[in-house]
Amino acid sequence: MNITELTVHELQEKIASKELTVSEIVKAYSDRIDEKEKDINAFVTILTDDAIAKAKKIDEKINNGQAISGFEGIPIGIKDNMCTKGIKTTCSSKMLENFVAPYDATVIENLNKEGLISLGKLNMDEFAMGSSTENSAIKKTRNPWNLNTVPGGSSGGSAAAVAANMVPWALGSDTGGSIRQPASLCGVVGLKPTYGLVSRYGLVAYASSLDQIGPITKDVYDNAMLLNLITGHDPKDSTSMDLPKPDYTKALKNDVKGLKIAVPKEFFAEGLNPEVKAKLEEAMDKYRSLGAIVEEVSLDISEYSLATYYIISCAEASSNLGRFDGIRYGYRSENGETLRDIYFNSRSEGFGPEVKRRIILGTYVLSSGYYDAYYKKAQQARTLITNEFDKVFKDYDVILAPTSPTVAFEFNSKSSPLEMYLADIYTVPVNVAGLPGISIPCGVDKSGMPVGMQLIGNKFQEETILNAAYTYEQATNFRANFKPEFKK
Amino acid sequence: MARDDYEVVIGLEVHAELSTKTKIFCSCSTEFGGAPNTHCCPVCMGMPGALPVLNEKVVEYGVKAGLATNCEISRNSKSDRKNYFYPDTPKAYQISQYDKPLCENGFVEIEDDEGNPKTIRLLRIHIEDDAGKLNHDEFGGGSLVDLNRAGVPLIESVSMPDMRSAGEAERYLRKLKSIFEYIEVSDCKMQEGSLRADVNVSVRKKGATEFGTRTEMKNMSSFRSIVRAIEYESNRQIDLIEEGGVVEQESLRWDDVSGRTFPMRSKEDAEDYRYFPDPDLVAIRLSDEYIENIKKNLPELPESRKQRYMSELGLSEKDARLITASKYLSDLFEGTKNVCGNAKLSANWILSDISRILNEKEMEPDQIPFTAEQLGKMIVLIEKGTISSAIGKKVLTELFENPNDPEEIVKANGWIQISDESAIKEVVMQVLEANPQSIADFKAGKDKALGFLVGQAMKATKGKANPQMLNKMFIEELNK
Repeated sequence: MNITELTVHELQEKIASKELTVSEIVKAYSDRIDEKEKDINAFVTILTDDAIAKAKKIDEKINNGQAISGFEGIPIGIKDNMCTKGIKTTCSSKMLENFVAPYDATVIENLNKEGLISLGKLNMDEFAMGSSTENSAIKKTRNPWNLNTVPGGSSGGSAAAVAANMVPWALGSDTGGSIRQPASLCGVVGLKPTYGLVSRYGLVAYASSLDQIGPITKDVYDNAMLLNLITGHDPKDSTSMDLPKPDYTKALKNDVKGLKIAVPKEFFAEGLNPEVKAKLEEAMDKYRSLGAIVEEVSLDISEYSLATYYIISCAEASSNLGRFDGIRYGYRSENGETLRDIYFNSRSEGFGPEVKRRIILGTYVLSSGYYDAYYKKAQQARTLITNEFDKVFKDYDVILAPTSPTVAFEFNSKSSPLEMYLADIYTVPVNVAGLPGISIPCGVDKSGMPVGMQLIGNKFQEETILNAAYTYEQATNFRANFKPEFKK
Repeated sequence: MARDDYEVVIGLEVHAELSTKTKIFCSCSTEFGGAPNTHCCPVCMGMPGALPVLNEKVVEYGVKAGLATNCEISRNSKSDRKNYFYPDTPKAYQISQYDKPLCENGFVEIEDDEGNPKTIRLLRIHIEDDAGKLNHDEFGGGSLVDLNRAGVPLIESVSMPDMRSAGEAERYLRKLKSIFEYIEVSDCKMQEGSLRADVNVSVRKKGATEFGTRTEMKNMSSFRSIVRAIEYESNRQIDLIEEGGVVEQESLRWDDVSGRTFPMRSKEDAEDYRYFPDPDLVAIRLSDEYIENIKKNLPELPESRKQRYMSELGLSEKDARLITASKYLSDLFEGTKNVCGNAKLSANWILSDISRILNEKEMEPDQIPFTAEQLGKMIVLIEKGTISSAIGKKVLTELFENPNDPEEIVKANGWIQISDESAIKEVVMQVLEANPQSIADFKAGKDKALGFLVGQAMKATKGKANPQMLNKMFIEELNK
């Protein structure tokens, strides 16, 4: 039995039946990280020593005949933009390279309460800005399917670590596609919940009105389980919704008969790689054969959504990242006598080029005289985009779309920031409208690289998209047929 | 042209710290003082990932302030970020309200320089968070940041440019302060910085319809400096114009020591605050019922107290007005009256001796160190004859220095009035013996002589003798 290939629900069974101890599981992951980290570079902080000690204690509990909860001893990886008390939270930035938060994010509190064991903090694009994890100031994470390609981003460390079996599952965050796109590029399952479903308290903010934390897992069942662990109203986050909390695993019915799936033709037009398109068309056929109704619709928003997204996200980022000024915590430049110089030099030296680009862009669109032309207009466009989605959801349950226009691309292959921004063209509208979206693998292209399919639901309809994803997964069984090969 | 040809135009932006127990966006204490950085948490320290949650009490207090100043209360307002870099602002933005304030279009009534009623319009009142404090060079060089005050809730009340003299500006600010004190939304302690004003001043030729260019004096926190600053700044602007110069719109700092204003920053550094709606907070929606409920429960306002003092307690209009001008005086009055049962005496002590001492000491009523109970007990001691009014004045001085139970003060100082008949008689006889001329004068019909004799007896007993008994006994002896 290869422990690190097991899903979390399989691990739970093995612990319950005493086939495996928690220590054996954690040790297996520790060994796997030792073996693969040099190739993958997924971790900013590795906590395996601490994890082994925690595992031992849980095993002692089990040996003493004490009951343990369902997730006690299950390892996990955390994207390095969620605050962890006493452990560095770097956002993969020089600015926070040595920053230790004095508190736990709400999602981390939830995981700790359930007894999960963190294996470490995972690499990302600096401050979650990017689509390849190349913007990390710490290290370059590689895609386990082909080490010459990027894992996607910004949750590239999380997706690569799950794909490479270095963690059984992980938390990511998604502002414009940062969970779904790397999940797609790494052949794993990633879900961005509806805005307001998961608390953002303790998630270092990139764009507050778009950010959501979500699960990255090996399969859909695990995804539903991890979603169960992180959802729920948090009084510390005003934007977190107070709604009844379903058990998302109960929604996995393995049945899509009569499910109405919309395929927006604009998402399949120019710019989509033909091989990716072909895989998605196969998936549509699969859904039809499973009894779903798949119909083409028009969702004419793609022209505006990328611009809307970059104006809103950069505006919010320019304000959110103001606090990194070198005064109270984080990087402070050695150079500079005056307050202004300390500000200027700390931020110039502490932030990478993409972060600076977005701060400048955001500062510009909010400045007096330009606010109406950019920020206000973007907010209006945001309403229009949301309305367009609403129209589709009047008649359909799920929207099927590509997650990414291409499979994983090579390092340094995007020649301009704009070209990189286009990697998120199919994911950003979902954040702009605050909807839930899941990416699941739907095959590989000729070079053996995984292709992702995105299923988008109406607000708080996670159960619908999880069931649609689960039913497809059961019928196709991607994981049994394809595995990352660590191609060099 | 002379200065008299100009009209001064003044508008005030008044910041009042609200007296909620906890901060505006977290549950840290708002208490003044405390060791640096002890009333802080990740939220008010602006730690990465921390999020604000609006304290509902702040909205309630804001609505109270709006209702008490005749504002329209917005059913739908929101929070906006005001972005700027400064070390006392840990998030690098203040959470304020930009285009949808909580309260709009209010007014308060003051008196103009001639004593006629005048309405000062309020443009708006909005809620926002206070910044921290910087301590410069206190600990051997450099500046240290104290974030205890960061996140303390403020209301900013913006007046229209309706004031025409430093006196009007002072009376407007006193009125606003008194209203906020009465409705108990702020303790308005200027010496602790919980009431501060930005003063906008411009001048124009009398009869002109356009306003002149204004300058803004930031962060003023005493009535005296505000009056001086307005007088200085308006004269500076008039002189400048008279010399052919042009007033520049700028922020100024008033220096109390030199009595001058100085520019705070040059125009090139003018800030663009890049206001935008705070995405971490939701809209503030208030129902009619919510607002109605606050209105119903508003505490008694000064005007109503004044009427009650006149009709129920028999105070004159002037006394009632003077006492209700400050909630602290008014509360002191009511407390004292309840203890001693004598409204007139309570009012007299407050308006004469206490007001005189406040003036001498340059103190505000909120700085009075003793309680209404102590003052009330002192009046009781006078009424019971335990001490004389003269001793009462001494007790009052002592209450200002070392507030304590008046009975204790009287005992400790040996000030108990001599009411023992034989002791009094002894003094009377001694005084008579020493002043034969006065006896003769009295007998010759000069009533003044009695006063002199009583005075001598008081002197001899260091003011402790019961004056009524002295009077009576002198008359008895003199008529023998």
